[in-house]
Amino acid sequence: MADDIKKIGAQILIDELTDLGVKYVFGYPGGSNLPIFDVINKSRIEMVLNGDERCAGHAAEGYARATGEVGVALVTSGPGATNLVTPLADAKMDSTPIVGISGQVYSHLIGKDAFQETPITNVTQAITKHNYLVTRTSDVARVVREAFHIASTGRPGPVLVDITKDAQEGAVPVREISREYRLPGYKLVEAPVIDEKRLDEVCDAIRKSRRPLLYIGQGIVLGEAWDELKAFAERTEIPVASTILGLGAFPGDHPLYAGMLGMHGAAYANFAIDQADLVLCLGARFDDRVTGKVSEFINNAFIVHVDVDKSELNKNKKVHIGIHGKVKDFLARITPKAPKADSGDWLAHLAELKARYPFDFDKGDGSQIKPQAFLRALDAAVAGKRTVYTTGVGQHQMWAAQFLTFREPRTFITSAGAGTMGFGLPAAVGAALGRPDSTVINIDGDGSFEMNINELRTCFDRGIPVKTVILNNKILGMVGQWQRRFYKRNYSSVEFNEYPRYADGIRALYGIETMAISKPGDIAKGVDAMLKTPGPFVLEVMIPKEEDVLPMIPGGRTIKEMILAPGQVRRD
Amino acid sequence: MRHTIAVLVQNHTGVLARVSGLFSSRAYNIESLSVGTTTDPEFSRITIAVSGDDQVLEQVVKQLAKLVEVVKVTDLKPETSVLRELALVKIKAEGSHRLEIFEITSVFRAKVLDVSAASIAVEVTGAHDKIEAFLELARPHGILELVRTGVAGLSRGPETL
Repeated sequence: MADDIKKIGAQILIDELTDLGVKYVFGYPGGSNLPIFDVINKSRIEMVLNGDERCAGHAAEGYARATGEVGVALVTSGPGATNLVTPLADAKMDSTPIVGISGQVYSHLIGKDAFQETPITNVTQAITKHNYLVTRTSDVARVVREAFHIASTGRPGPVLVDITKDAQEGAVPVREISREYRLPGYKLVEAPVIDEKRLDEVCDAIRKSRRPLLYIGQGIVLGEAWDELKAFAERTEIPVASTILGLGAFPGDHPLYAGMLGMHGAAYANFAIDQADLVLCLGARFDDRVTGKVSEFINNAFIVHVDVDKSELNKNKKVHIGIHGKVKDFLARITPKAPKADSGDWLAHLAELKARYPFDFDKGDGSQIKPQAFLRALDAAVAGKRTVYTTGVGQHQMWAAQFLTFREPRTFITSAGAGTMGFGLPAAVGAALGRPDSTVINIDGDGSFEMNINELRTCFDRGIPVKTVILNNKILGMVGQWQRRFYKRNYSSVEFNEYPRYADGIRALYGIETMAISKPGDIAKGVDAMLKTPGPFVLEVMIPKEEDVLPMIPGGRTIKEMILAPGQVRRD
Repeated sequence: MRHTIAVLVQNHTGVLARVSGLFSSRAYNIESLSVGTTTDPEFSRITIAVSGDDQVLEQVVKQLAKLVEVVKVTDLKPETSVLRELALVKIKAEGSHRLEIFEITSVFRAKVLDVSAASIAVEVTGAHDKIEAFLELARPHGILELVRTGVAGLSRGPETL
């Protein structure tokens, strides 16, 4: 009878993943996950073989960030699992919902220094939202369910499930499989928990304010509260400044948009928050890249902070009103009762700041392509078309954040908190599979691109239509910028002696269409070829070596010490 | 400022490492930690003594509460809790020192566990300050060896964690 049917752990895992709606699993096979690979290629799930496990992890992140669904990476034990450590840490910092599944050696071999044995749950303890070591087949279904629940609810984050090979191979009767959560300690904030009185206090603060500002972060995206945010901002006429991870949560071309905050944010956004008398921080966390010296950050403002993660309240900055709850719930409930702010003069002042301190750069003599000019041209070329960007980490990432326009949420996928170089290409692979309706463009630097160039094989192999722009300055640009500015121009390990010709080499090696451009007159041709070529494309853009990302608030300093774009002079 | 935090956790392998790992990765100072079973085998209870100002304490409690296997966290305030520690102290005890050691032992209602020609081993139980006071008085005689437990604590009254 059906009651006697048994299933092995690997089959249970794949059945649960299928039932949870998983369409893609990113990963790499090895000795300790062979039973799972023996099942997955007979399932409905599409298994994507990545360049390595780090690529698999970043692809899972890219997929999650582009779709809002949980991304899944499947790796083997030992080095397979340690290669996943960086994506897990990255996902923890950026609150990205991914589930990592690693094979582990047989449970009787644990602790014996077996071949490819790493105690990966110990290793990843501090960089996951939660992790599991599963040694019993009967636990597989429940743990996978719990992992998805934990990864995707509350403040999202990475969960690692390490499954021993005997748990994958062992068989249990189907009727003995339990899926019921055993999570007495995992409590979620459910709406409506926000006290009406707190909402009234916030309304009062808005009424009293003359210079209010919204400081929004990725919580708006993760909490899917962008419509509520827009309604609130428009009703109250409070301008909206964003963190890098909040870009796109509020339309970048909206008249109330006040720009990106932080170290390389818009000067006008930083001036605005410095001058505000009321700061409403929604789903952001007072990161040091936004605040600079936190003890001197917005000390004259009344601060309201709403976050789904209670520990973020008063963590980095003491606030006047801290509200633990979902931003979507907060916005939906406060908007009907919120007053229009008395912000007329303030908005006029911000418009003036915006006009006086735009993102700008030295145009040069026209002999070379300026990265900023290229990005502006690209931005214009894709306007009105569905586009999702990913980036590596460094100067190119900051220029992308500064010079591209983000109108929709989940269109700028970048490694912010962890600053993980090499993120862009594999994240773009995940994003492209998750968002076939959009053109996915990876804006990369030569340094970051090289770190996961192996992922080109996945693009080539499956024809994944990722467009990569390499802004090639032949230097590790951001480190070089710091060495120029803060280490007396002592270039140390930022330049290579020889440079690969990416466009020629990639075409020959991977059969991917490429083009290299170096003259401003060729920008249109390059962008056009990239956008019109179906399938993957690599556009190498040669840019000057010594171009600074500006404005810049040096680390640990204050907005008063901001270095402005060339030609801009501070007038207070 | 010293605080005592009681933490109810799921009785899983690795949960102690998770809790102590949180302290090291977030740079909080643990002064002592004790762990043991409860009446329910599904749960264990950890008591942590931690030093830091109110803001640090607030963060410690919130970060602990975020751990998936942590079911409950309470700050055991000294005025509304009973807190106990235990110390085993081996004191150098020769000649005239012996009498004095017996005297402080009796004043502190400590127990003599072992006596030899050159040493006396004593068990002291009490709140943190009491043990500190005992050690201060024992120190001039020469403490040969000291073993201390972490703190165990309960809130006063019928309420439970």
